[in-house]
Amino acid sequence: MAAAARRRSQAELALACLGLCLSAALAVDRSNFKTCDQSSFCKRQRSIQPGSSPYRALLDSLELTPDALTVHLVNEVTKVVLLLELQGLQGNMTRIRIDELKPLRPRYRVPDVLVADPPTARLSISGRDENSVELTVAEGPYKIILTGRPFRLDLLENRSLVLSVNARGLMVFEHQRLPRNSEGPQEPAEGDGTPDEEAAGKTDKSEENRGKDDSDEPGAWEEMFKTHSDSKPFGPTSVGLDFSLPGMEHVYGIPEHADNLRLKVTEGGEPYRLYNLDVFQYELYNPMALYASVPVLWAHSVHRDLGIFWLNAAETWVDISSNTAGKTLFGKMLDYLQGGGETPQTDVRWMSESGVIDVFLLLGPAVSDIFRQYASLTGTQALPPLFSLGYHQSRWNYRDEADVIDVDQGFDNHDIPCDVIWLDIEHADGKRYFTWDSSRFPQPLTMLGHLAGKRRKLVTIVDPHIKVDSGYRVHEELQSLGLYVKTRDGSDYEGWCWPGSVSYPDFTNVKMRDWWANMFSFDKYEGSASNLYVWNDMNEPSVFNGPEVTMLKDARHHGGWEHRDVHNIYGFYVHMATAEGLIQRSGGVERPFVLARAAFAGSQRFGAIWTGDNAAEWDHLKISIPMCLSLGLVGLSFCGADIGGFFKNPEPELQLRWYQVGAYQPFYRAHSHMDTGRREPWLLPPEYLGPLRDALRQRYALLPFWYTLFYRAHRDGHPVMRPLWVQYPKDVTTFSQDDQYMLGDSLLVHPVTEPGARGVQVYLPGQGEVWYDVQSYQKHHGPQTLYLPVTLSSIPVFQRGGTIVPRWERVRRSSDCMKDDPITLYVAISPQGTAEGELYLDDGHTFNYQTQNEYLLRKFTFSGNTLTSSSADPQGHFETPIWIERVVILGAGKPASVLLQTEDMLESVLSFHHNAETSVLTLRKPGVPVAADWSIHLR
Amino acid sequence: MFLPPLLLLLSVATAAVEVKRPRGVSLTNHHFYDKNKPFTCLDGSSTIPFDQVNDDYCDCQDGSDEPGTAACPEGRFHCTNAGYKPHYIPSNRVNDGICDCCDATDEYNSGVNCENTCREMGRKEKETLEQMAEVAREGFRLKKILIEEGKKGQEEKRNRLLGLQESKKALEEQVAMLRTVKEEAEKPEKEFKERHQKLWEEQQAAARAARDREQAASAFQELDDNTDGVISVAELQTHPELDPDGDGALSEAEAQALLGDALQVDAASFREGLWAAIKDKYRQEALPTVPPLAEATTEMMLEVPEEPSPAEDEDEVPGLEEETEEDEEDEEEESPEDDKEPLPPQPVKVDEEVEKDKMPPYDERTQAYIDAAQEARDHFEEAEKSLTEMEESIRNLEQEMALDLGPSGEFSYLFGQCYELSTNEYIYRLCPFNRVTQKPNHGGSETNLGTWGSWDASEEEKFRIMHYEHGTGCWQGPNRSTKVKLVCGKETVVTSATEPSRCEYLIELVTPAACQEPPPESPGDPDHDEL
Repeated sequence: MAAAARRRSQAELALACLGLCLSAALAVDRSNFKTCDQSSFCKRQRSIQPGSSPYRALLDSLELTPDALTVHLVNEVTKVVLLLELQGLQGNMTRIRIDELKPLRPRYRVPDVLVADPPTARLSISGRDENSVELTVAEGPYKIILTGRPFRLDLLENRSLVLSVNARGLMVFEHQRLPRNSEGPQEPAEGDGTPDEEAAGKTDKSEENRGKDDSDEPGAWEEMFKTHSDSKPFGPTSVGLDFSLPGMEHVYGIPEHADNLRLKVTEGGEPYRLYNLDVFQYELYNPMALYASVPVLWAHSVHRDLGIFWLNAAETWVDISSNTAGKTLFGKMLDYLQGGGETPQTDVRWMSESGVIDVFLLLGPAVSDIFRQYASLTGTQALPPLFSLGYHQSRWNYRDEADVIDVDQGFDNHDIPCDVIWLDIEHADGKRYFTWDSSRFPQPLTMLGHLAGKRRKLVTIVDPHIKVDSGYRVHEELQSLGLYVKTRDGSDYEGWCWPGSVSYPDFTNVKMRDWWANMFSFDKYEGSASNLYVWNDMNEPSVFNGPEVTMLKDARHHGGWEHRDVHNIYGFYVHMATAEGLIQRSGGVERPFVLARAAFAGSQRFGAIWTGDNAAEWDHLKISIPMCLSLGLVGLSFCGADIGGFFKNPEPELQLRWYQVGAYQPFYRAHSHMDTGRREPWLLPPEYLGPLRDALRQRYALLPFWYTLFYRAHRDGHPVMRPLWVQYPKDVTTFSQDDQYMLGDSLLVHPVTEPGARGVQVYLPGQGEVWYDVQSYQKHHGPQTLYLPVTLSSIPVFQRGGTIVPRWERVRRSSDCMKDDPITLYVAISPQGTAEGELYLDDGHTFNYQTQNEYLLRKFTFSGNTLTSSSADPQGHFETPIWIERVVILGAGKPASVLLQTEDMLESVLSFHHNAETSVLTLRKPGVPVAADWSIHLR
Repeated sequence: MFLPPLLLLLSVATAAVEVKRPRGVSLTNHHFYDKNKPFTCLDGSSTIPFDQVNDDYCDCQDGSDEPGTAACPEGRFHCTNAGYKPHYIPSNRVNDGICDCCDATDEYNSGVNCENTCREMGRKEKETLEQMAEVAREGFRLKKILIEEGKKGQEEKRNRLLGLQESKKALEEQVAMLRTVKEEAEKPEKEFKERHQKLWEEQQAAARAARDREQAASAFQELDDNTDGVISVAELQTHPELDPDGDGALSEAEAQALLGDALQVDAASFREGLWAAIKDKYRQEALPTVPPLAEATTEMMLEVPEEPSPAEDEDEVPGLEEETEEDEEDEEEESPEDDKEPLPPQPVKVDEEVEKDKMPPYDERTQAYIDAAQEARDHFEEAEKSLTEMEESIRNLEQEMALDLGPSGEFSYLFGQCYELSTNEYIYRLCPFNRVTQKPNHGGSETNLGTWGSWDASEEEKFRIMHYEHGTGCWQGPNRSTKVKLVCGKETVVTSATEPSRCEYLIELVTPAACQEPPPESPGDPDHDEL
């Protein structure tokens, strides 16, 4: 029973903690995680001073093909030759790749992240002198200057410098070499992959390579961290490159960090680290690595936006420096007044432990362009099934089937909507995923049937660590198929995680992913049904007894690659395989829903992610906003934080505020640790439960709006949840704001995140714009900083004048119950008397929108006192009983009459209600089908 | 999407007339809905044409114009549920594809086919109610018996308490008497024991002095390498352990310093002067084995005359002893780490050897006093122990009698009993008014889930819920506690044990003592109520 569950896993936790979290105190144990100084390549690279690059481009070696320019780079100290490949890409992008010309062993190039080979734009030589070559890109407004000595690249647009590469001369490319004391060639790695095969013929180079070795520093050939040894059989292999961004003072991205939205200068401190890690009780406002790594950085100024996508899956550190960082506002003003001073500039330096240099420069110029450019490379957010935008109730752990049924009933008893109930690790038999604990969950199909009867879903956890147990079918098969990650000696790697001793499926192997996907078929995963979806936790991967709670870097993956090469993409592959499994089990018809904790560039294609094991503290509530904004900026729109906080018990006010914040964040799930008290919403005192129910209802009412935003994210790569500067790129006030944000271009949200708040300071941007408080309908003019008094039930949200937001106002017990309900349109009129918005609809769960064009994209326009509904995409067709229930026009005068005109040119009079005090005009029951074209005229 | 108000045909047994009313309106509210008049929202907020009632658009803030549709967020739909119990559901459940009313009236346009299950549910409910009534009747009968037994039990306890209190009084007198006897017997015992002790200590002192003399003599012989009857500087230097400055060697100057002004010392002045200065450091050249030494000591002691020892010994030996002890203490304070260093072979310490020896047995007379006193002590202690035990019994009994065992003492039978429930993983054990424990089925130690605290504080729940508190602490959490819910039944049995919240347990105990007096059985057929 429940008590047993907790007790047992406490014992396991205690065991698990032996190597890791004995400090079960309240904050992260920093000593478990490396600093740059403790990571030998980071230390080596960071010790290099700017201004003395040993790299020279051998301009004589330059070759130009229709797809690329290649040129040799020589390190003048070691004489090792590298190959630079430069491509212009269609859509205003440039790709730079650097690898060794003759590597001892091939280096890892990250596969599967790019959705396709990006189409190239032809480069041509438009100028040349003895030390440089000028290149023109066929489809771009920019030119590239390649300088020979020292090597650098400068990207210019209209004669102004946009971006320079290696301008500070910090490029590093540690070529492969033989150990100094090695007698013969390095033993070739076992395995059947490409690197080994290629390694065979290269040993003749060894003498030459060995002779010029210059970096046999400590840590180059073996590295210790705490009690863990990294054997580094291939020696130092790190790469690094610097980028200078003149005119740029604001940079964003490179999640996941528990830090502010705007990236900080890292000089004198730690660089931002990208290395997927399971950090126990993580701390806020620092650059330590977390669960996910997306090596994408955006730079923004009032003039333009650009991006750097560093495609490397190894441990990566990013240093950011700025020539204005130390200056006070006064100093900057002085520079400005004197007309002199240097141009502000931000420098970004990337350092990765292995692999090649493969970097995409996304040249905007507008912020919507960089989103589109990045989406064209790594794909867009998967369109979530509608239910997954509803509310999710999770806990570690719902004890048994009766508990699940009780919780389900609790929502109905208190008239609170809920779409999904979640089961954490205790549901499985001894944490053997794909199984059920037979005493607690003897009849999972009956339970799933009961939930289906309520039109609700269940999510079960399936983690990527497999209990080493000869009686466990999953383990036996994976072991006999040889699909586990191996140690450097070739035996199955074993670590320690929830179930005890575990092995890790090698998800980098497509055969493994296929096998895994197949496990989700209904006959393989017994006790699963079509309303069961999946959660992949611990996919960093988390290894309790491993270095930094993850896998040894010298573990071996398919193809002979080291874990070092693939670490940051492991979780991406787990997510990919699981999502694929859910698609396959329905014969390719149903859209999957998979939540994962670890992620990489491109993970947006597979589902949702959340910000991991946070805590019931006000600061953790606050940080959820910049964390999800950062992830959203680099494509991962479906983001959320554990509502209420995972560790510790929230006081009622914090819990309520978190439900209010979560209602306006993309992924809306309450979750809690086993050692916390139960906290289903109805356990709150009544004065909190009322506002909490109201927050949930606001969420459900806005589901058509959310769904439309996700469709846009899916189609165009635009984030659902956006920093204000994305919408107001010229308003510098917004550039550092991360306590408020936009949903799409319509709603501005400034949630209450302070205890005992009496009011919030909301910045309403936009010269000549107006904003309507969605609760009071009061109109405010931008730009201004508004003090808005708040109560316990307040969620400050403003609809921008000029937008139209669709709602479902009949909030029912789950989204599935609402999907055929009529729509209410909220038209917020701009000072020009206009507004527009759109609505996307489909069946909410299948791929038919893609395969059969079964969808509707409606466009609503208000102009000249006429509201018009038309199709924004004539390709889509979808039969739906949905009709227009009501139109609420904010900022409207009282008309004499209102006429509805339908497709067949019939006119009818609509009754209406006008509130003179709030200037809200409500049109009663137009009753027209949502799919139809119609117009409403205010006379 | 216009949906004409669907009028329902209802059979109401009591009224036996058909009442037409809009969908979702209860019988009691139907008079507000007159199709011949405009409809005024029940909160009076506005008045609308009657054809806007149930037209799937919300006009009233209170939702009263849409009792039969899901249009109003605050609306309520009335399920008539003929054959079972009528009730309201939130109107957002109308046509949501899920059957909520047993008469299926909430799903009239959603495409799902709901069956009318009201009769079946009504029948089941009736059965359940009958069973419960039967249980309540029988339970209450048993409860009355329990109350009687409880009264008897309480009476017995009172009597027992009176008896115990009387016995206690008698016992207290006896204890007082035995204490006097004991104290009298202890006086001569003390006197004679002290005398014996003093004598023994004097003997010991004499023995120590004799040994010291012997040691000095023996050391003198050893040091006097050339047996010329005097010790020279050179001879002293053969014993580097005497080095005063810790450099490991006894230099000539140091040796000279030890000898004082003299160039050499003879045996007598050695014993009286130099020996005292060096004896703590001095190491015998060949360590004699211990047993002969012990024998020697014993022999020596026997030879010791009964007369007090010579005065010189008395002055010298104890004085030296004190100094030595002080020095050692000082050293320890100054450099405690020295303790850990292995010490060189210790200089022979006569005193220790002597001190280890036992005091000789008491003489017959002293022993007789001791025996007599011991007997008196034993008698006294035995009586005192009986008194403590009796006081404990009285205290327990008083505590037990102070327990609130129900308004009529109906819960008194639970006291001293324990009830168990086995689940898949644990055996839960409830000992009412005492404690609750949990023991894993497959080995492992017992966990305390709380000890008796109190009845529930609220007026309604008092005597229905027991609280057990301060159980074993949870990891990173509170102490375990348990609520025990009492349910009326014929037997006394634990029916469930759960942990609804972390470390907070809930146990259900069925007991006749929780039964209330059932209402007098209604004479008529309860079937008459069809609603």
